Amino acid sequence: MKARILTALAALCCLATPALAADNAVKIGLVTTLSGPAGVIGKHMKDAADLAMDMLGNKIGGKPAEIVFGDDQFKPDVGRQVAEQMVKRDKVDFMTGFIWSNVLLASYEPVIKSGIIFIGANAGPHELAGAMCAPNYFSASWQNDQTPEAMGKYMNDQKMDDVYLIAPDYAAGKDMVNGFKRYFKGKVAAEVFTKPGQTDYQVEISQLRSANPKTLFIFLPGAMGIQFVKQYDQAGLRGKIPLYSAFTVDETTLPAIGAAADGNYEASFWSPDLDNPRNKEFVAAFRKKYNYIPSYYAAQQFDAIFQIDDAVKAVKGNLKDRKGMIARIDKADFPSVRGKFTYNTNHFPIENFYLLKIVKDSDGQYVRKIQGVMFANHKDAYSSECHMKPYK
Amino acid sequence: MIAVAEQVLNGVQFGITLFLMAAGLTLIFGVMNLVNLAHGSLYMVGAYIAAATFNATHSFLLGIGAALAGTAAVGIAIEVVVFRRLYRRDHLDQVLATFGLILFFNELVRMIWGATALYAQVPGFLAGQVELLPGAPYPTYRLAIIVAGLVVGVLIYLLVMKTRIGMLIRAGASDRTMVGALGVNITLLYTLVFGVGAALAALSGALAGPVFTVESGMGDDLLILAFVVIVIGGIGSIRGAFIASVLVGVVDTIGRAFLRQLFALVMSGFAADSAGPATASMLIYVLMAAVLFFRPQGLFPRENR
Amino acid sequence: MKIGRKGVVAVVALVALAALPPIALALDQDFYIDMFTRIMIFAIAAVSLDLILGYGGLVSFGHAAYLGIGSYAVGILAYHGFGNGFLQFGVAILASAVVALFVGWVSLRTSGVYFIMITLAFGQMIYFLGESINLYGGDNGLNIQQHSDFAGLLDLDDSSTLYYFVLAWLVLCLGFGWRLVNSRFGMVIRGAKSNERRMLSLGFRTFRYKLLAFVISGAIAGIAGALLANLTLFLSPSVMHWTRSGEVMMMVILGGMGTLIGPVFGAIVYLLFESLLSGFTEHWQAILGPFLVLVVLFSKSGLMGFSGRGGGAAAKSNA
Repeated sequence: MKARILTALAALCCLATPALAADNAVKIGLVTTLSGPAGVIGKHMKDAADLAMDMLGNKIGGKPAEIVFGDDQFKPDVGRQVAEQMVKRDKVDFMTGFIWSNVLLASYEPVIKSGIIFIGANAGPHELAGAMCAPNYFSASWQNDQTPEAMGKYMNDQKMDDVYLIAPDYAAGKDMVNGFKRYFKGKVAAEVFTKPGQTDYQVEISQLRSANPKTLFIFLPGAMGIQFVKQYDQAGLRGKIPLYSAFTVDETTLPAIGAAADGNYEASFWSPDLDNPRNKEFVAAFRKKYNYIPSYYAAQQFDAIFQIDDAVKAVKGNLKDRKGMIARIDKADFPSVRGKFTYNTNHFPIENFYLLKIVKDSDGQYVRKIQGVMFANHKDAYSSECHMKPYK
Repeated sequence: MIAVAEQVLNGVQFGITLFLMAAGLTLIFGVMNLVNLAHGSLYMVGAYIAAATFNATHSFLLGIGAALAGTAAVGIAIEVVVFRRLYRRDHLDQVLATFGLILFFNELVRMIWGATALYAQVPGFLAGQVELLPGAPYPTYRLAIIVAGLVVGVLIYLLVMKTRIGMLIRAGASDRTMVGALGVNITLLYTLVFGVGAALAALSGALAGPVFTVESGMGDDLLILAFVVIVIGGIGSIRGAFIASVLVGVVDTIGRAFLRQLFALVMSGFAADSAGPATASMLIYVLMAAVLFFRPQGLFPRENR
Repeated sequence: MKIGRKGVVAVVALVALAALPPIALALDQDFYIDMFTRIMIFAIAAVSLDLILGYGGLVSFGHAAYLGIGSYAVGILAYHGFGNGFLQFGVAILASAVVALFVGWVSLRTSGVYFIMITLAFGQMIYFLGESINLYGGDNGLNIQQHSDFAGLLDLDDSSTLYYFVLAWLVLCLGFGWRLVNSRFGMVIRGAKSNERRMLSLGFRTFRYKLLAFVISGAIAGIAGALLANLTLFLSPSVMHWTRSGEVMMMVILGGMGTLIGPVFGAIVYLLFESLLSGFTEHWQAILGPFLVLVVLFSKSGLMGFSGRGGGAAAKSNA
């Protein structure tokens, strides 16, 4: 009996060991949410990364490359475990992805300490732009506060007042509300924080109705937004309390929200209709390959892969020269779908933010269309708190 | 005051969703003495079938029908394959085997319908609002859930208390061999009860689909709430399950809606931000522990239901 | 005789575990050191559950809560700048024992399925408490900045040192458990499982014995939690979710209830199986689930095959 157990255990151990042979392929770890209601966001990011690899002929900096995908299930502890596994077991050379600020904050330290170059492709919690900034971390997207800052400025310019705020109770929710209030100077009726991943908002909608504010601003990304906007519509509040949002009505949620968001406003650093040759190439290739419209999640991830490619090229494939790669990424001299941008001292982008409106396009689909520039070359509010150390 | 009344209504609606889950669970538990953790999986399967059928045919009622039939079939299948071997085992074995089934079903729906969530739609004829309370129009769909739950509750009550099958179910629960000796096919009876329980879970899932999102694992946490309900109500009692469901639904909802503001009156805003939601989410478990402490057999114990 | 046989298996297993880090380092696969550290931590948790489940027949469905309390004790103290390991582990043990005392005091008044449900309810209560305390991260979790500091004696930053530290705890818990179940106290617990009325009529106040066993079990799970915090350096309420309690219970059953070394094998097999399957297919749960069902349906005594489900001495003498 015990012999049998031990044999079985020995067999298990051997099977559990991946191929020991170290190949010299470039390995990129990409952590995102591939299951559950947020899985659609992860799909945008994965599809964009696959498209980028297609366009690069499955090579990074001319060397054979592969992407290792990991599913964080929108859970900080799972994300951290997956990231640690990629660093220690899969021995990835780069880390990217990450939709959620809380998952990113949980996974950040083990990756940064390992010295791997880490390009966040969505979340931008203020900690990473400020006190926790690191030489080997770059953001391919934005700092959380920036987009709601643009919406706050717009709503302030429109002289709106008595605004009711709803955001999920996690790292990014607080950033979004702070960013909004930095530029919105009118009266805030209430700040309501909901459970991350919540899908039934009837309790909050009843509260909203009895508070009866003049305007509503929400940050509810992914499925949270789909559910909220639909239930707000079902409760008959649409048309009574106008709704403004950030990261809520976008290409990942519009297919489900549809007409319930017609005419709404959003803000973003990018939009599928942004007019530059690189973006046109990206959107056309993406729509051709996947037959749906890419979101900013896809755009950011697409850029991040090309940033890595650009960095590896600059050091002629010498992956040990991380200093050289960091210096190269810092120049932001690669073809970005958002057009030319620069990096701030904290490795977060200095970029434009546009006002977008949800309209019906010629195919009858609801899309986001650029209305104008809210901020040109906009910096985040935390770079002064970042004391960037040189990479050792 | 209207605000409180509206939240109570929200609580009742949530409670009714729970009741449909708990009714099947308590029936299976009471009759077969089986702890079925996989009941939440049947709820999930029902929600998936309803959403997928609705998305394909655009008929809400067809979706409900398919969910009831399909999930009852799935329930009967696992009863025949797995549960039959578990009736005479202890609760621990039942808990573990049905825990294994949860893992299986959570993965199965991902393999069939993909990892990302499905979105169920509210049907057109239930899309509007009804002005039940002055100044607070209430979504028609949520009222429909309440009505459906009440109707099903009455039907189940009549089935168990007034029909011959119900009599056999009640008799089978207290003395299996006796009913067997009367020439009744107990095995068939159990399978039937299981099918009914599965269909109730499916109805709950199908109705809840548009309120929540339809995703893998959606039944896991609701299952625990359903267990809380049947333990509070008294295992095996339909009446107890109904009262406890509404109680749990209302307590949970009122807690979520008002505790934070209530706490903010007596403590700092930051402390209330933590203490409010914390207490709100623990409230029903405190309720359950308190009920069990004073009435270890629940509110409606078996002997005098 | 029976002790000898089990003893041999235990010693072989522990020696094999002790030899793992140098081999892993030599193969440049230090990931496996962390993986087995994790496995051994869950082995400690499974052994603690087995003390009440296998020997006492108490189906506690909220055992992950004590794992969480142990973790939070370390994490919260570290957050406030108390890095001393003796203090952290002391508080972890004490806090989980106190909570277990309260939970046991209320829950042990019920029995059967009500006991399963009320321990589950308490587990969820503690889970939701962890999820909503924003100061310590709530459901975002919280980074722990440093490993426990044992007056500079141990460098837990080194994964091999942490590994042997956990191994030492595992040996300690197994030794303690062995002493416990073979003591007069252990006899009463086992007696209460097979025939409580007889024990009562013999004059034993079984409630007190069961409560003490519950507290000891909770405290050992608290140690596992404190170790887990040192491994992951991250606090998350998800370690307390009810499905985690179910997993620990699975490890006990898989390895064999009522044997101390059984749950250790249960933890090894469950977690290795999980890691192996997830490497083969993303749909590994569709295989693991039915596998668990089969284990319950057809294996009466888990991997160890030493003790029957009925527990007690009768089944043991057959082994």
